[in-house]
Amino acid sequence: MAGILIDKVAKQFGNAVALQEISLTVADGEFVALLGPSGCGKTTLLRIIAGLEVQSSGKVVIGERDVSALKPSERGLAMVFQNYAVFPHMTVFENVAFGLRMKGAGQARVEAQVRKAAALLHIEEYLGRYPAKLSGGQRQRVAVARALAVEPAVLLMDEPLSNLDALLRLEMRAELRSVLREAGTTTIYVTHDQTEAMGLADRIAVMHGGHIVQIDTPTTIYSKPATRFVGGFVGSPPMNFVNTTATAGSARLGGITLASPVDGPIILGFRGEDARLTDAASGMPFKVKVAEPMGSHLLLTGHVGDDLARIVAPSSTRIGAGATLGLALDPTRIIWIDPQTGRTHPGA
Amino acid sequence: MPQPRWLPYLLIAPSVAFLAAFFLVPLGQTILLSFDGGQGFSLANYARMAGDLNFPTALRNTFALVIVVIPLQVALALVMGLMLQKMTRGRELVLWIWTIPLGVSDLAAGLVWLAILQDSGYLNTLLFQFGLISGPTAYLNSETPIALFFAVVLAEVWRATAIVLIILVAGIQLIPKEFGEAADIFGASPWTKFRKITLPLLKPSLQSALILRTVLAFEVFAVVYALGGRNFPIIVGEAYTWQNENQNYGVAAAYAVLVMAISLAATVIYLKALRVDPEAQA
Amino acid sequence: MSAPRKWLYVTGVMALCAWVLVPIYLIGLGAMGGRMAVFKWPKSLAPTEASFTALAAFLKIEGVWNAALNSLIAASLTMLFSILLGAPAGYALARFSFRGQSAFRLLVLLTRAFPLAILALPLTVIFIKVGLYDTPLGVSLIHTALALPFAALVTSSLFMGIPREYEEAAWVFGCTRWQAFRKVVLPLALPGIAAAAIFAFVISWNEVFAASVLTVRERTLTAYLLAVLSESPLHYRFAGGFILIVPSVLFIFAVRKYLFAMWGVSSK
Repeated sequence: MAGILIDKVAKQFGNAVALQEISLTVADGEFVALLGPSGCGKTTLLRIIAGLEVQSSGKVVIGERDVSALKPSERGLAMVFQNYAVFPHMTVFENVAFGLRMKGAGQARVEAQVRKAAALLHIEEYLGRYPAKLSGGQRQRVAVARALAVEPAVLLMDEPLSNLDALLRLEMRAELRSVLREAGTTTIYVTHDQTEAMGLADRIAVMHGGHIVQIDTPTTIYSKPATRFVGGFVGSPPMNFVNTTATAGSARLGGITLASPVDGPIILGFRGEDARLTDAASGMPFKVKVAEPMGSHLLLTGHVGDDLARIVAPSSTRIGAGATLGLALDPTRIIWIDPQTGRTHPGA
Repeated sequence: MPQPRWLPYLLIAPSVAFLAAFFLVPLGQTILLSFDGGQGFSLANYARMAGDLNFPTALRNTFALVIVVIPLQVALALVMGLMLQKMTRGRELVLWIWTIPLGVSDLAAGLVWLAILQDSGYLNTLLFQFGLISGPTAYLNSETPIALFFAVVLAEVWRATAIVLIILVAGIQLIPKEFGEAADIFGASPWTKFRKITLPLLKPSLQSALILRTVLAFEVFAVVYALGGRNFPIIVGEAYTWQNENQNYGVAAAYAVLVMAISLAATVIYLKALRVDPEAQA
Repeated sequence: MSAPRKWLYVTGVMALCAWVLVPIYLIGLGAMGGRMAVFKWPKSLAPTEASFTALAAFLKIEGVWNAALNSLIAASLTMLFSILLGAPAGYALARFSFRGQSAFRLLVLLTRAFPLAILALPLTVIFIKVGLYDTPLGVSLIHTALALPFAALVTSSLFMGIPREYEEAAWVFGCTRWQAFRKVVLPLALPGIAAAAIFAFVISWNEVFAASVLTVRERTLTAYLLAVLSESPLHYRFAGGFILIVPSVLFIFAVRKYLFAMWGVSSK
């Protein structure tokens, strides 16, 4: 077990900058998700930690060891790949045993560790089979078992669930969470799926354009995004943003007035489920364009002024397209964003 | 993994060295040798080549073979490829049978057809039984140049269509089925489908098949020797004669350069004529 | 398909199969018929008089056995050289991006636009000087120049078909680059490499021109047959042709699965 320290790691591919001086500390036993759209640098960062890619500058420390110049095999970590990379020419047993054998573990220890990992992931009955005969979900389990069998100081996972179908992904997500909690391994998990990151991680590092834009607990990331990008990327539906102008410390939107941190043009951010529906006169005016019954709730898409907004209403609500209603907001559950920088005003 | 920069170079170095020694150097030497008239640069070898009695015949024969054989092979391979595309049962077996000649050397192919076409061979037996001829008849000597020509064509088509077929089948497999199904929905006839969808998408495969086959067709040698000996002069055969029998390496080299020049020209023509717009590729 | 068209289709397929198979059957008849069968008129198309004695007699002729052995040696060496040289290059093409990569690819493809066997002509002089002339080793060198581009391109497409992540996983779990190659990549690529090797063998086994130019006494089978063509009786020619065909056809059968990797994808 070990913590990870990433210190000013930068990476360029030719002239293209993939990572700009990233620093990140992961505590021993912590589960951190690197979340971001494709091309944000999250996989590059993971591969640098693994030693599969070499950083242009900066260093990576695992435990007390500076591993920046070490080969992947010398870093004491394990990895689960997006396409599993379960070796097709070895049985499941040999796959799970691979890391142990490379470390020169004796047969007895190999047996014991493989059984343990297999039991944890419920793949005991497949140990004698070849991966070609397994389903995607089963291969996924083999890949995770192979990683856990070596009892790594650090576990790296690169989009491990993205090749599974939706139902299986949900099931594996819950299972991964319990298995990894039990193992207590320090884990870095790369994903572009915000629900995965929210469900699994102790902390989420949201990445964008080679930067970490926010690193915090899932709840904080969700309710207090640091930038407009984070608010728009995390959560489904994404956060709503309404352009307005504040004068004398407050912004007036239809029937409601909200205290703002600064005067001038400003963006109001709020979550669709935090808005309460009222009548048009007493709330912020909201013109419904589409109403989609989602079963658990009713999703309303429409306009507040010129800005698009999505509101989550109880499924019992009877509203059709074309209606105009009012939205009431809880002042503690909104954020204010500077339209120039895209950053959230602190303390709001 | 931190990759040593030199690793890929280390890996290709042996092949580069080998191809330099056994491809680039002999290539240069052949060219030099062909221009070497004893005392420095001269065109004497080329003059001697062009002045040779067999030269015009050899040139004409070789080109005639290429012009007749290649279109036949492409057409036949296309028909075979489309038949395979439709096939549901036994496709593997039929494909294997059709590609057997891939393993047959040109010398052996010549001998195969010699067995069939010789005076008292199987073709004449068949013709005799149908009452078309009265006894053994000769086709493969210098008095029957037309018959000999077609014997070579038969043997070449038999032997070397398989390579075109393989390349085209590989190309046909890359064409998504949906394209044809989309055309079906719009009511395209099989012929329209072939012309408007299969053929244009096959262009890259056709191009590589044509280049490969044409280069090899200008090298035609052993098939001809097996069937007709010296009765049917061809370019590479002349190079062989000048080298091995006349021991005149200079003229042999001139022939070699001629073959290479023709091959290169053919390659360039195919690349230009069948240019594939990179954006229009599947 | 309508009934008449279906009939046409099946007949066409059958006819084309016969077009390939019947000539091989006939040279087999010719090879096994011996001297009598060659001049028999009219011939029978049934294998009533076929026997292996004629083939055996052919193999006993002085020089034939030696030539077959030379062919075997040259082809085996070609197989060995083209894989040993070509597979590393194929791996480099598949796994690395490096300066000069496209130049190398061009060099490999360029060899296809040239009638390579003709390059044996100038090599004669050098080979005589260094003692490679008239040896199977010398022949195998020029045959390797023919087979090496195939080997490099085919193995490169093989290695490309093996996901990079397999290797990366092996590295992460404790392998060096070489261990990862040996334990993970090689076992997966082996059948394809074997197929490429067999093709190299067939290329050499079948090649006539270069082998004829580079040998006088230590002929390969093709060179021997070509040299004695004009003075040998027909039934010996047929026996020789048949013996040339049999091993290659068996080999093509063994590697039929890889035909497309060989000439399909790699030819672009």
